[in-house]
Amino acid sequence: MMKKHQNYPVRRIVASLALTLLLPATLCGCGSDRGVNGQVIVYNWGEYIDPETLRMFEEETGIKVIYDEFETNESMYPKVESGAVAYDIACPSDYMISRMIENGMLSEINYDNIPNAKKNIGAQYYEQAAGFDPENKYAIPYCWGTVGILYNQTMVEEPITRWEQLWDEKYADNILMQDSVRDAFMVAEKLNGDSMNTLDAGELEDAKNLLIKQKPLVQAYVVDQVRDKMIGGEAAIGVIYSGEAIYTQKENPDLVYVIPEEGTNVWIDSWVILKNAPNKENAEKFIDFMCREDIALMNFDYITYSTPNVAARELIEDETIKNSEIAFPDLSQYDNLETYIYLGEDGDYLYNELWKEVKAY
Amino acid sequence: MKTIAKRIYIALIILFLYAPIGILIVLSFNKSKTRAKWGGFTFQWYVELFQNEEILQALFNTLLIAVASSLIATIIGTVACIAMTGMKRRAKSILMGVTNIPMLNADIVTGISLMLLYISLGIKFGMGTILLSHITFNIPYVILSVMPRMKQLNVSTYEAALDLGSSPLHAFFKVVFPDLLPGILSGFLMAFTMSLDDFIITHFTKGVGVDTLSTKIYTEIKKGIKPEMYALSSLIFVAVLTLLVLINLSPTDKKKSS
Repeated sequence: MMKKHQNYPVRRIVASLALTLLLPATLCGCGSDRGVNGQVIVYNWGEYIDPETLRMFEEETGIKVIYDEFETNESMYPKVESGAVAYDIACPSDYMISRMIENGMLSEINYDNIPNAKKNIGAQYYEQAAGFDPENKYAIPYCWGTVGILYNQTMVEEPITRWEQLWDEKYADNILMQDSVRDAFMVAEKLNGDSMNTLDAGELEDAKNLLIKQKPLVQAYVVDQVRDKMIGGEAAIGVIYSGEAIYTQKENPDLVYVIPEEGTNVWIDSWVILKNAPNKENAEKFIDFMCREDIALMNFDYITYSTPNVAARELIEDETIKNSEIAFPDLSQYDNLETYIYLGEDGDYLYNELWKEVKAY
Repeated sequence: MKTIAKRIYIALIILFLYAPIGILIVLSFNKSKTRAKWGGFTFQWYVELFQNEEILQALFNTLLIAVASSLIATIIGTVACIAMTGMKRRAKSILMGVTNIPMLNADIVTGISLMLLYISLGIKFGMGTILLSHITFNIPYVILSVMPRMKQLNVSTYEAALDLGSSPLHAFFKVVFPDLLPGILSGFLMAFTMSLDDFIITHFTKGVGVDTLSTKIYTEIKKGIKPEMYALSSLIFVAVLTLLVLINLSPTDKKKSS
């Protein structure tokens, strides 16, 4: 026994040695984050870029990319606002961008320094983005898509083409709705022929009642489980983002994606430069690089969400994807597509209250 | 009859505890990316895991922070316990109360207040701030597990060592430390697992581009969690299981040998 105890001081010495070695390494780990031409700090969605493109950018420009990821628009906003980290670039969605514009958090884009943005990004996407960024002063589209219906051909009696069919009692307990305020209300508002950004009390009341009426037919309100549930044949009809549609079809060929006739939401995630960006020039170079057709193609292959980069789309080798109606619907064919905008704090509160009433009914 | 009921009950508990992990391990060998379909058996995700620099970096960060923070917290916590035994009753109970607060406090409160503190002090967010935060919330766990040992300690043995000509430091390491060791070790392990597990506090105090496994997994929500993560989680589970088995085997061995 005695002999064993003598080892303990030795252990302690080893431990404290290890500590003294570790401490400087961890505390100063952030000191050497600069490339020859400085750095750029990017805040993007998780899994929303091909990591290889970051490496290529660093190699070509000598600018070190410090890359950070967020999981929702709502968790991104306070992080940027708190100023704990001075980000250069972020990639929020439409309505969050309009909120950031409203609160003066963004810096105007100088298109002269980002030639690829005007050259490669399709005009129709800028047009769509004008819904939340009038005059396209702040945001450059990066990924986009629609919200639509995914249905299983073998489980429905006729093709699904309208939101209205989500209220069909035939499909009771076979319908999956999105568990998010705006997406759920969008369906009801579009069905009523109203705007998805409405703040009209009567229209909202109608939408709420419609959702309550639908509730007994809904199998579940879910978020990203739609994907797996539809692949597994657990439901016949689901509301889903177009970016997931191609992937689910590959896994289960019975699935069909449609943009409902009543119109729907077009979402656009865009690059923005933040007002207090410490490396504005590098930020412009970064966005320009991401708009280059070969890089945009790499990112499209990695993310598989539709790219607004027309030049990159031309480079897609697989003809079925290149001409896919799901990935690249012709926006000009529809006149009832909209993009979310920020409704203000009161608007958000109103929607959340009504949504609570639906969920609690 | 009673024993059958008992066995079924235990079986149910074990089923509910381990079925999710079982499914995770099965899915880590699933060729198809979706959980809804079995695409055939594959080691592909394990291979890709070890080629994925981002995940490996996050794993490295997690382990580094867990080891460093629990070591430092163990030292600070143990020293605090020794100091507290020398204190007056009142001061001691106040101090114990103060150390207990962070443990009862919701993680999110601790996380946000630490973030605000770092901002107001102008500390740059990065590995350093995560480490500091983890040390902060680890210390109470160490104190909690060392303190009971401290109370059982017989002061006379330490005094006897001094009487027999030992220096205080020598006497501490020879007499007090061995008695505390089980408490210190369990405190260390507790701190280690707490640090490994933590998401919320890390989320608020991490700097740009520094991710631990938990924050990395969380950012994957939008696009769906990648099967590489299933593979990694399975490996971690197996590692922890082996560690537990080893730990549980060793005390009985000791008893036999002594």
